[in-house]
Amino acid sequence: MNLITALARFLIFPGLLFAIPAAWFFLWVERKSVALMQGRIGPPFMQPFFDFIKLLGKSTPPRSGVGGLLMKLWPLIAVAAAASAVGLLPVWPSSGGFEGDLILLLALLELPSMCIIAAGFSSRSIFGEIGSAREAALSVSYNVVFLLAIVSIAASQHTFRLEALAQLPASPMHWIGLLAILVCLPAKLHINPFSLPNAEQEIYSGPMTEYAGPELAMWELSHGLEWVAATGLVATLAAPHLTLWWVAAIVFIALSFAVVLLLSAVAAATARLAIDTTVRFYWQCTLIFAVLAISSAIFMRHRS
Amino acid sequence: MCYSRRRSPWLFHMNGGSCNGCDIELIASLTPRYDAEQLGVRLEGSPRHADILCITGPVTHNAVNAIKTVYGQVCGPKAVVAIGSYPATTNVFIDSRTLDGPLNLHLPVDVFVPGCPPRPDAIIQGVAKAAAILAERAAKKLPANPVVMPLVGPPCNGACCAPTNKETTEVQS
Repeated sequence: MNLITALARFLIFPGLLFAIPAAWFFLWVERKSVALMQGRIGPPFMQPFFDFIKLLGKSTPPRSGVGGLLMKLWPLIAVAAAASAVGLLPVWPSSGGFEGDLILLLALLELPSMCIIAAGFSSRSIFGEIGSAREAALSVSYNVVFLLAIVSIAASQHTFRLEALAQLPASPMHWIGLLAILVCLPAKLHINPFSLPNAEQEIYSGPMTEYAGPELAMWELSHGLEWVAATGLVATLAAPHLTLWWVAAIVFIALSFAVVLLLSAVAAATARLAIDTTVRFYWQCTLIFAVLAISSAIFMRHRS
Repeated sequence: MCYSRRRSPWLFHMNGGSCNGCDIELIASLTPRYDAEQLGVRLEGSPRHADILCITGPVTHNAVNAIKTVYGQVCGPKAVVAIGSYPATTNVFIDSRTLDGPLNLHLPVDVFVPGCPPRPDAIIQGVAKAAAILAERAAKKLPANPVVMPLVGPPCNGACCAPTNKETTEVQS
């Protein structure tokens, strides 16, 4: 990947120019589908855009010192990381990429939640600190399963290169891994039943409690971009290998959309779990599957 | 920007010593039957995120400082909606020694939604009006000028509605 293609992927497709409208669209799909499932009409199509513009026009409370600077910085880092993660997704059939870009993608996907943890603590609000502590506990729980699932997929295909992973034929390992990733996604995106860090009304808004105006707009945007990146990762791993670029792009978007609908249905159908139940769920129930997946992947690798 | 402000009012709900009737009606306006989310209304957990402060209750001594603090925490441009007859007039508790009401002694109220409690559709109408006022004021930098919403729906079978409306107008005039 040379500099120009890298910039084109980051800025145009599937990077910022595509990802920001896609992020708003996915946020709208989530709210609208939850509303439809609850028998409501739901927000209009442009709602996330209106919210974003309105938040940009609001004032922020004056903040001084390093703490204030950090509070401005965290949402920007989160947006940059999430947008770069989207830019790394191999949507084109021969879009380049490099050895080990899966590891970079995982790191970039993890950065927004690190920023949320840091943001909650640097806001010095008691609710922010509770939310950050919850986010940290949640992140330790689901990341073990998430990373093991991805490593098992990579190990079964003998590569850490995203494009190669997307092109190889699917194995049974692949589907177990994907299932494990899907189980982790609600926690990664902070939606029900794992909406603990930003538990609305319960601890105000968790780490976001003290954020206002443009900073909050950036958090909303980074949340939307996380949706695009996480569902895009699943779509990349699940999509069949296609040579025509426009068919590949359509399949990618359709699969991402299906994942968003699935996650929204789960969010609408469930209530928030307590933090101990969540941690127990990941460490006791799903870890077994992740360990099974990775051990069988290593076993198959030795046999072949 | 003006249009976005009108289409995306985020609420923060504050109880200033209310009997919980208006609070229930405010929540009812978000339920499937009334579905205020069609107008972009979202009930926010933190006053920092909100545009419109919805206050219920007759503003008791204990609540008055909290209300002022929360009003200060809402970032501008902002609007205040007084829900029910209590924040407008203190209603049946008028001249009580435990009250510091009505609300407009302490905050610049933009919209009064009368009723005891008001119907959810009246609350939605009031919030939409407040969002329009907020957008217009932010665009033209106008001073606060309170509006009294008309009663919506059939009157509640009792003496509360008619005098409430009259008292509210009196407070305004």
